[in-house]
Order: sequence, then C-alpha cells, then structure tokens
Amino acid sequence: MQTENLIALEEFCASHNIEISFISSLQQTGLIEITRIMETGFIDSGQLKKLEKIVNFYYELDINLEGIETITHLLERMSSLQDEIIELKNRLRLYESNE
Amino acid sequence: MDYVDYYKVLGIDRSASPKEIKSAYRKLARKLHPDLNPNDKDAKRKFQQINEANEVLSDPEKRKKYDQHGQDWQHADEYEKAKQSRQQSQDPRGSRYSGAPPEGDFSDFFESMFGGGGGQGRGRQVKYRGEDYNAELHLELIDAYKTHKQTFTVNGKNIRINIPAGIENGQTIKIPGHGGSGKNGGPNGDLYITFSIENHATIKRLGNDLYTTADLDLYTAVLGGEFTLETLTGKVKLTVKPETQNGSKVKLKGKGFPVYKSEGQFGDLFVTWSVQIPKNLTARQKELFRELSKSQ
Repeated sequence: MQTENLIALEEFCASHNIEISFISSLQQTGLIEITRIMETGFIDSGQLKKLEKIVNFYYELDINLEGIETITHLLERMSSLQDEIIELKNRLRLYESNE
Repeated sequence: MDYVDYYKVLGIDRSASPKEIKSAYRKLARKLHPDLNPNDKDAKRKFQQINEANEVLSDPEKRKKYDQHGQDWQHADEYEKAKQSRQQSQDPRGSRYSGAPPEGDFSDFFESMFGGGGGQGRGRQVKYRGEDYNAELHLELIDAYKTHKQTFTVNGKNIRINIPAGIENGQTIKIPGHGGSGKNGGPNGDLYITFSIENHATIKRLGNDLYTTADLDLYTAVLGGEFTLETLTGKVKLTVKPETQNGSKVKLKGKGFPVYKSEGQFGDLFVTWSVQIPKNLTARQKELFRELSKSQ
C-alpha cells in the first residue's frame, strides 16, 4: 500500500512530544481519521494542519476534547460562511457596478 | 522604540503571582490565538503581544530583569554584563512555561532587552510547523481570463506561481512550504494567496458567466440588423432580431469566463440591450415619427 502522503503517528507524536493515546482519543471522537497499515497508525498529510491546531488547543490553551469538538465545528461553520460571504459579495458587485 | 508594559498587556497587577500570570495569559490566548481567528491580522498582532508578555513574566529571571530595568531598558545590557561578571547565569530554558508556539517576531523592545528568542513550547524541544503567510494578489479581470505565471515578493522572497484561468474574486490558493520556516526542524508553513479581481469597466462577472450592456440604436432595434460587440477576447458580430425590446437579453453560449481548472469549458456571456432613443432630431425626422405614431 502507498504511504507517500501518510505520516506515521509515532513520528508525529515524537516530534510534537505528545502521547500516542491522545491521537487515539481524537480518532474516537471522530476529529481525525487514522489509517492502519500492518498495525502501524498513520495520518494523511492533508489532516496535518488540523491535527496541529488540535494539539495547540489541547496542550497550549488547555481546552478539553469536548471544547475542541465544539471549536472545530464552529471553525468549519465559519469557513463555510466566509465562502458564502465571498460568493454573495461577488454577486453584489454585479449590481453595484451597474448603478 | 517604545516601552511595552507587559502587565498591562496581560491585564494584571505588578504583584501578580505566576498562577495569575498563567491564568491571564491562557484566558487571552483562548480569545486571540491565530488558530481561533483565521485571517484576523489584529488578533494575530495582539496574540504576539500577549505571547511576548507571557514569555517575560512567566520566566522569573526575565521578570526580575524587566521589573528592575523595564522602564530603563537601554541600560539593561550594562546590568547584565555586571551581573555576569559576578556569577555564571543559568539557562532558564527547560524549566520555563511557554504557552504557545512561536508566532512571528518579538517586538524591538523585547529583542533589545532579552535578545532574540522565543518559547520552545511546553518546555521541550518541540518541532513546530512554520507560520502560514497570507498575501493578497490584485488582478485585472482579463488577467484572470488566461492561465499565466506571475512573480511576486512575499517576506523578501520572490515566488513564481501559476495562476489558473477562471480564478474567482476572493478565492484563496495554497502554495505549500512557502510560509515561515519551521522551528526546531519542523516543516515550513504554507503561503495562502487570496485573489482580488478588479471590476471591468463594461463587463461584469458572476461565477463563470459574464454580463454586459450594449447600446443599440433605435433603428436596428426596430428593424433588426447586425451589431459588433466588444468582448474580453475581441469583437463578436451579433445578429439583432427585428423589434428587439429595451432591456431584453441575449445569451452567447460559451463566450463567458473559463471554468477554473476545466480546460476548454467556458461560461456564457449575457448581453442586455439598451435601446438608445435618438436625440437632436431634425424637423423632417420628427415629422416622420409623427406619421409613424398616427399609423398605430
């Protein structure tokens, strides 16, 4: 199986000085997905930024998993609302410039 | 260079205990952390301030030095030299609490008083991904019509990027690895470029479709004829149907904007006719219009 875009959990945990059990708890709450190949856990590199944010929230800001779940949900909602605002602004430009 | 009141930055008394400092920092960090305030430059700036304040006040050595020489920071170096001659100073790193990953530079005031540096995060050698950079790139509508390469400078580095045709106003693309350098061997951050596309004088864009208004003379509108329309890519000859109404629209299929990252696919161009009533009519022309009105 291809592991090119996968980062070994052990490597991630070692470089961030965190426990692997923390990553497992994130998987249990559905915050991140772990790929297992030959009993080794990996995360997709696309999830790296999200995972680093979660690590910051937990270790640096002392936010518990329930809080992180809420924040993640709200940030995703904020991002989709921002996309919607951009779309609406672009639509508005059509009428503004015709005045 | 101005004196920075770190106590004021954290909203605490000068007699605050380490616990109170930590609590004040955490409270503000939860509010201002860049991960919680994406693309908010003001929050980022304030976060850097509280991070710096925490860096100093949570370290007993630095706090002591700041309390003694803060207002008189220019003489702090002299104090340090004198102190070093008396005793070997211990490296406080490793025993210090540092709440957040380094996010950009410290103020000139900090650099002056304490030299370079920043937290190592949780008191250990943690690898941090570099900071993400955000940049805005302004394009003319015609520039967004064609795939092209553009070179620009971000934080002193020249970056050449490929801008695909059909990019939207407000759209952000990620250039991996072109953000800030990673700390302690961590990967570089990414560069996020948000495109700001200027309005065209006569052609408006909505998604992949283009809209324009064309002035049509009354006679061609009534009798029909040909019309040459200026588009983004050149002139297009249109057939005007007889009895074309003012405000009516025609759709030119496939003459709109290229669809982003879909080669050969285009939106449509919508033309709204603006029928122009003739001005400065001669007496003969008015006469003819009167005759015409009687024939109704």
